[in-house]
Amino acid sequence: MSSKNMEEYLETLYALNQDGKAASTSEISHRLNVAPASVTEMLQKLADKGYVNYSPYQGATLTPMGFKLGEKMARKHRLLERFLHDVLNLGKDRVHAQACEMEHTLTDETERAFCNTLKQPAKCPDDGKIIPPCDLQFSSCEECQKWHGESLEKVGKRKANLVSMTALKEREEGTVAFIRGDNKVLRRLLDVGLTPGTRISVTRVAPLKGPVEIAVRGSRIALGEEIAANVFIEAAGKRGGRVG
Amino acid sequence: MASFSSCHTTTGKKVKSGNGKRLTIALAGNANVGKSVIFNQLTGSSQIIGNWPGKTVERAEGMLTFDGYDITVVDLPGIYSLSTFSIEELVTRQYIATEKPDVIINIVDASVLERNLFFTLQLMELEVPMVIGLNQIDTARSKGITVDYQRLEDSLGVPVVPTVAIKGEGIKELIKRAVETAEQNGTPEVDEEGAGEAGAERGQYRHRQRQGGRQHRYRRGQTTRFGDNLEPTIDKLAQAIEADQLDLEYPPRWVAIKLLEDDPDITAVVRAKSERLVFLAATLGKEIEALHDEPSFAVLAAERYSLAGAAAGEAQNQEKVRVTLSDRLDRLATHKIFGYVTAAAVLVGLLLWTFTVGNYLSGLLSNLFSFFATLDPKMSGSIPSILWNGAFAGLVAGVTLVIPYVIPFYLVMAMIEDSGVLTRVAFMFDNFMHKIGLHGKAIIPLILGYGCNVPAIYTCRVMGTTRERLLAALAITFVPCTARTIVILGLVAAFVNIQWALALYAIDLVIIFLLGRIALKVVPGKSTGLIMEMHPFRVPSLPVIVRQTWARTKPLILMVFPIYVAGGAIVQGLYASGWLDPINNAISFLTVGWLGLPVIAGVLLIFGLIRKELIVLALVPILGTGNLGLFLTPVQLISLALIGILYFPCIATLTTLVKEFGWKPALAISAANLISAVFLGGVIARMLALVF
Repeated sequence: MSSKNMEEYLETLYALNQDGKAASTSEISHRLNVAPASVTEMLQKLADKGYVNYSPYQGATLTPMGFKLGEKMARKHRLLERFLHDVLNLGKDRVHAQACEMEHTLTDETERAFCNTLKQPAKCPDDGKIIPPCDLQFSSCEECQKWHGESLEKVGKRKANLVSMTALKEREEGTVAFIRGDNKVLRRLLDVGLTPGTRISVTRVAPLKGPVEIAVRGSRIALGEEIAANVFIEAAGKRGGRVG
Repeated sequence: MASFSSCHTTTGKKVKSGNGKRLTIALAGNANVGKSVIFNQLTGSSQIIGNWPGKTVERAEGMLTFDGYDITVVDLPGIYSLSTFSIEELVTRQYIATEKPDVIINIVDASVLERNLFFTLQLMELEVPMVIGLNQIDTARSKGITVDYQRLEDSLGVPVVPTVAIKGEGIKELIKRAVETAEQNGTPEVDEEGAGEAGAERGQYRHRQRQGGRQHRYRRGQTTRFGDNLEPTIDKLAQAIEADQLDLEYPPRWVAIKLLEDDPDITAVVRAKSERLVFLAATLGKEIEALHDEPSFAVLAAERYSLAGAAAGEAQNQEKVRVTLSDRLDRLATHKIFGYVTAAAVLVGLLLWTFTVGNYLSGLLSNLFSFFATLDPKMSGSIPSILWNGAFAGLVAGVTLVIPYVIPFYLVMAMIEDSGVLTRVAFMFDNFMHKIGLHGKAIIPLILGYGCNVPAIYTCRVMGTTRERLLAALAITFVPCTARTIVILGLVAAFVNIQWALALYAIDLVIIFLLGRIALKVVPGKSTGLIMEMHPFRVPSLPVIVRQTWARTKPLILMVFPIYVAGGAIVQGLYASGWLDPINNAISFLTVGWLGLPVIAGVLLIFGLIRKELIVLALVPILGTGNLGLFLTPVQLISLALIGILYFPCIATLTTLVKEFGWKPALAISAANLISAVFLGGVIARMLALVF
């Protein structure tokens, strides 16, 4: 099993698991354009390595470790799409295939440089999927931008796996873990009570990619979709989980 | 209760009164917790209230006498924090620091105690004497929350008075405790120097203090203690600030906290006096960040919230409650289909109600008037009789066309505002508003614009940036206010049909949307997102509705009716003398040639700049009949109404635009109005000609 092949599987599972459901073999085979039989075989291998929870009739979900890797690939892929689209002016229909090839060779250092150069983009250009947050233990995007150390290893890695607030459904709960973007939005969110570690639950999601209403500290707050997309939650239940 | 004094009392200067016992009390707190309700209760004023955040855009002042004191009560805008950078927050912070009210009444929503106490703690950090009004204890109870206010008082060290402002419960006790607190802290106005000379200014007070050795310019109130991980750092910085004797308006400890929070405003103030302190603060801030893995401002916010959470948790008891009616309504108003249906029903319902009830009342009133005198245009006779006739026609037009529509409109508008449905509409239409560069909150001023554009434009301050305020204001100038509704009613609903009247509102919405799209491209900048508190639905209070409607109708009757009467007289006088013709002829190439209107329209549109409804009202004395359908074709009626909606902001709106944005943007908005009216008016008139 090549690492590129494995990364593609985990990335696909990351996307298919977004709504909290397990991915079926046929979905994966369709997405990756591979025969169902080889998908089953591959899932079994990934399960043996501890990346995937897999049983033939219930489909596949990522383990916390698998989630971490899948998320990382998705992040690199989507950042690359933004770069190809925003900086190199490639058409929306062209960026996906190219990013697919490039993502496997992108180092973490370059990933961080892309993120800051593109000003912490929130969504990818072609289908509006949310670009996952980085796994570095910076307190905020501003701190990351100011950081000029030599080795990223010194920064440390985030243990918890996070999902965007917009990926949560009504009545799902979690704690606020990371807020992406400039400090101005961060301060406004802190003021209404969204400090890191605060428990929130989603009470309403407006239709047509509208705002999300959450219950926080006994109040109800509506957050526009573009703001909620940048609020990352350590979700209660099966989503994400923790590594180590 | 005391009498109302205008909101234009100059702050800083105090009017001297008989016994010299004067106090200033400021009301501060989160948005939509009932500050303005309490303000109205205390002062007998009619500050606009309603169930949506951002009603009080400028501070209002009123007077009250209590226990021998002449008290100035100041209603401050609702804010969540003293640290972020909205206009309201800066204004409030500066007001408290520089004007130094004798006591602050912090209104707290008992049903959202923890979040409200977050702001309370920040007020305490400012070390001002304060009292807490624990409001909406009835709402809290319906959510299963009871608050032990005695316990809250003990844990915060600040007097706490439970209130239900809307019913007036606890208000007297609140003011009593506020006065006591002010007395304990000493009131500078009745200071040792003999109750101060008349008009003694705050500046002199400060000056005096400075002469009397180094004294704090702030009051000694209570403050908060952070955790052991932060307190030594804050202390260290505060001591350094105190040692430097920077002569600041604010208490050193507060300045220390703000420096650690990297507050740009305070950092700039301190930097001007001591670069060293800013450097020290930055170093200490880094230490905090290293320890907590969060930016220092986030650490302090989290710390405050944990203090607020502890105080709230200690004092309140939450019981499980069944789903309330408010919750059910909320589900409906934010449902993926019924939410839009509700929003549409509210708005269309408001218009239909105004049309039908207004029409009925208007008919009644017209009959009443025709019983006394019939309208008859005087083209000849003595000048006084011509003028009298015109004035009478103006009055009749005002009474029969304006009053019957405006009062029902404002009644229902007040109900809508008080219910809380507006925040739900904002929630549902957020992504739609993004298409014109705004976010959901902007829909609130837009809807208010259907009442009157002037307060709606002020309300644009709920938007974060100047760009968004400008875009929202532009859209508002295209919203048909009650004055323009009268034009639509008087011309179209009365003499064409009601479908065409409603169609005009729909056409207008399309125009607003298209112009919004264009404006978005023209005005550079980025859009911000929606962050809005959703307050529970509540049953509108009848006294509030009646009072609000009266507050909005009163100026109309007192100030605008004389304009109708004078306008009627002037128009008829000018008409009889033949002076209108040159004006009409001068712009007839546009009005007649391009827009297909009768020649008289030129003068009507000029009068309409004063008040839009004069477009219809002035027609009555000129034509000498209320039956305008005899003189204008349906196409002319519809296009005159459309042009009336669009062509230019009335004087009051224009003044407001200049005040809020300056001349250039105001004129640009007016130009957008004029261009779209001329262009669309001509095009639509030609299209209508094909239909009729």
